[in-house]
Amino acid sequence: MDAQLMKPFEVTNEPLEPARYMEYVTHSEAGAVTLFAGTVREWTNGKRTMYLEYEAYVPMAEKKLAEIGVEIKQKWPGSRVAIVHRIGALSISDIAVVIAVSSPHRKAAYEANEYAIEQIKKVVPIWKKEMWEDGEEWIGDQSYKPGSE
Amino acid sequence: MIHLHYFAGLKEVAGKASEDIQWTDGTVEDIVKWAADTYRAFDFSAVQVAVNEEYVLETESVKPGDHVAFIPPVSGG
Repeated sequence: MDAQLMKPFEVTNEPLEPARYMEYVTHSEAGAVTLFAGTVREWTNGKRTMYLEYEAYVPMAEKKLAEIGVEIKQKWPGSRVAIVHRIGALSISDIAVVIAVSSPHRKAAYEANEYAIEQIKKVVPIWKKEMWEDGEEWIGDQSYKPGSE
Repeated sequence: MIHLHYFAGLKEVAGKASEDIQWTDGTVEDIVKWAADTYRAFDFSAVQVAVNEEYVLETESVKPGDHVAFIPPVSGG
């Protein structure tokens, strides 16, 4: 897809194509690109996941993803960022999230990419439901309130 | 009138993703109390509230026309 039409901070029902986001952040001043893909794991603590169901408060989630992008550009100058999350029903090994970061040097690209996924897990209004063979459960860290920092 | 938004487990307990309720004046804390009384099967203790898509404190006032979202602990990624 044309880079101008691509949304770098998006929540979508469509399958994610990591290469598009890598291409989006790559430019002549960059010396490193980190590309993270979060995928659906089959086994967690001995329990078998059949599939996952993701849901989001889409407008707020996209706003929060863009805010993470702004924070990254401030903390790691010269970075370019794209963060996208898929929602709906996802099968084992499907990609749920893609984070692409470019920076002049590799250390910043690694650090910024990890920062993005940590922030997603804290503040972005997206939820996952584990669908097991014998039940289902919405997942969330009950001890953490996203607005409390 | 204010617009309420429910997600994840709360959406299932409420049986709907959103609803409008009559509202003249009050705080986020008042709305959480209303919701906890209305949807007793849901544990609101870890729920954070967003007004017009921004996280707010419980002391924040809510005005007619506002969008109030109950945000259970998130689990994206």
